[in-house]
Amino acid sequence: MTPVHAHGIRADFKLQLESFALDVSFSAPDRGVTALFGPSGSGKTTLLRCIAGLERATGSLHINGEVWQDDTKFLATHLRPLGYVFQEASLFPHLSVRANLEYGLKRIPPAGRKVPLEQVVEWLGLGRLIERGDPAKLSGGERQRIAIGRALLTSPRLLLMDEPLSALDTGSKQEILPYLERLHRELNIPVLYVSHALDEVARLADHLVLLEQGRVIASGALQETLARLELPTAHLDDAGAVIEAAVAEHDEKYHLTRLDFPGGQLWVGRVDRPYGSVVRARVLARDVSIATQQPQGTSINNILKARIDEIRDEGPDKVIVRMRVGETNMLLSRITRRSRDHLGLVVGMEVFAQAKSVVLTT
Amino acid sequence: MHTLGPDDLQAVWLTLKLASVATLLLLLIATPLAWWLAHNRKWYRSVVAALVALPLVLPPTVLGFYLLILLGPQGPVGELTKALHLGTLPFTFAGLVVGSVLFSLPFAVQPIQNAFEAMGKRPLEVAATLRAGVWDRFVSVALPLARPGFLTAIILAFAHTVGEFGVVLMLGGNIPGETRVLSVAIYNHVEAMEYGAAHWLAGSMVLFSFMVLLGLYLAGGRLARVMR
Repeated sequence: MTPVHAHGIRADFKLQLESFALDVSFSAPDRGVTALFGPSGSGKTTLLRCIAGLERATGSLHINGEVWQDDTKFLATHLRPLGYVFQEASLFPHLSVRANLEYGLKRIPPAGRKVPLEQVVEWLGLGRLIERGDPAKLSGGERQRIAIGRALLTSPRLLLMDEPLSALDTGSKQEILPYLERLHRELNIPVLYVSHALDEVARLADHLVLLEQGRVIASGALQETLARLELPTAHLDDAGAVIEAAVAEHDEKYHLTRLDFPGGQLWVGRVDRPYGSVVRARVLARDVSIATQQPQGTSINNILKARIDEIRDEGPDKVIVRMRVGETNMLLSRITRRSRDHLGLVVGMEVFAQAKSVVLTT
Repeated sequence: MHTLGPDDLQAVWLTLKLASVATLLLLLIATPLAWWLAHNRKWYRSVVAALVALPLVLPPTVLGFYLLILLGPQGPVGELTKALHLGTLPFTFAGLVVGSVLFSLPFAVQPIQNAFEAMGKRPLEVAATLRAGVWDRFVSVALPLARPGFLTAIILAFAHTVGEFGVVLMLGGNIPGETRVLSVAIYNHVEAMEYGAAHWLAGSMVLFSFMVLLGLYLAGGRLARVMR
């Protein structure tokens, strides 16, 4: 028997479908965003449907000490206090935009309505949309925002999001991401976020559950898990490290901002955020090069002192190097095998990591 | 110039009553049946679907013949209705209702079933995640989304019952005020060489059927625009 955790999510599921078997077991913290990440067909959506009770798997599900499912109990979907955002907005075509938003709200007792309509309207910028009658007249991104609002208005104790951006074009994605980041900061309920896009995960998640062929192959805090070289995430083309840093200085002359984090600092393009606010920076492995001596005469702004932690072969010509910057932060670097040998890089060595580009995500 | 007599008006009234009662009963029967057919994937689903569709291909006299035997005093259903002190159904209005419901069943089931299938499971799943229970989901989501299907079913079932002849003749005969419906009355007039009266009734039926179909297509076009 798996012990019942009083806090957080604890899920064990087995499900045999025609061409696919799901056999997962994972836990996630009781707040923040947990990304369910994996390639297409790895079972992410099926897992989310099991959690919602839309698929009847065997196993158990505990949410903050409440039993939603075990050997003797199976709560029907409409009795589970969750919000579900599907890939397509799936607004009801026969209802107005406002009636869509209020569909779930009307179905929970007034005492349970913890998320006020005005709050959701503000978080998701729905003010102009709510009085537009026919949902078919909204854009894809607008429809998805209404769908997210509709789910939040049921005051869920768990929010499930199934690739809410994947059906949108790039423009709509960029329009919606800031809203999701805002929810990430404001919501105090756990969110399970299914995605196969690493940039989305790096931007939104705190915790990562990796799925492959219906099984959980790893789970843990986002930054640590992304830096684990034995996992497939470290070998994706856009693999990289995530560093949380605080705004420390604005350089008005060159229009740059300095971010400080334990172990170093990064200069990035001007960020319009007050001093001390925490932002998330993503440094891709392919943008980081390594020097054994302090580089001179370089155009690169960000040179960090680092210590090599692990080196792993990646294909016939490349290696991926994990470096520690300070105590807690890590950087990944993808270099050629020849460079490794040429520089004589070994674990434990002190080096200089040069980041050619830093992507700010928050 | 021959116009409609009181007998004819009685036949028209009886026909409208029969079609209304049959349509109402058909909606009650066809809705759960269509739901079941739309969502079930068991092997015997095909058997049920074929049975429901049978009146589409059978000559009405065949259906009427077997109903007469089944519901008659010696038939199993007849024995049952006698035991329940309900008498036997053939040659009564109730018998015509039973016959009409069976005969028009596919016209009611199929449009509703198509509508349920076209909406798919997603809207119902969405409603479930928004706290709507089974009945709530059906009423607040499935029924409104299937509205065009219901409209088609109502019009087809009603019109088809109005136009029915074979089953009525086999099962109901020709009792004025009880089973003599419009189609039978026309037949009587023609038999009696009263072509004027036959024209009045037949002409009104042509007009009525045309109006029904016109209404159906106009409503269909409007609904299609609304659904987009």
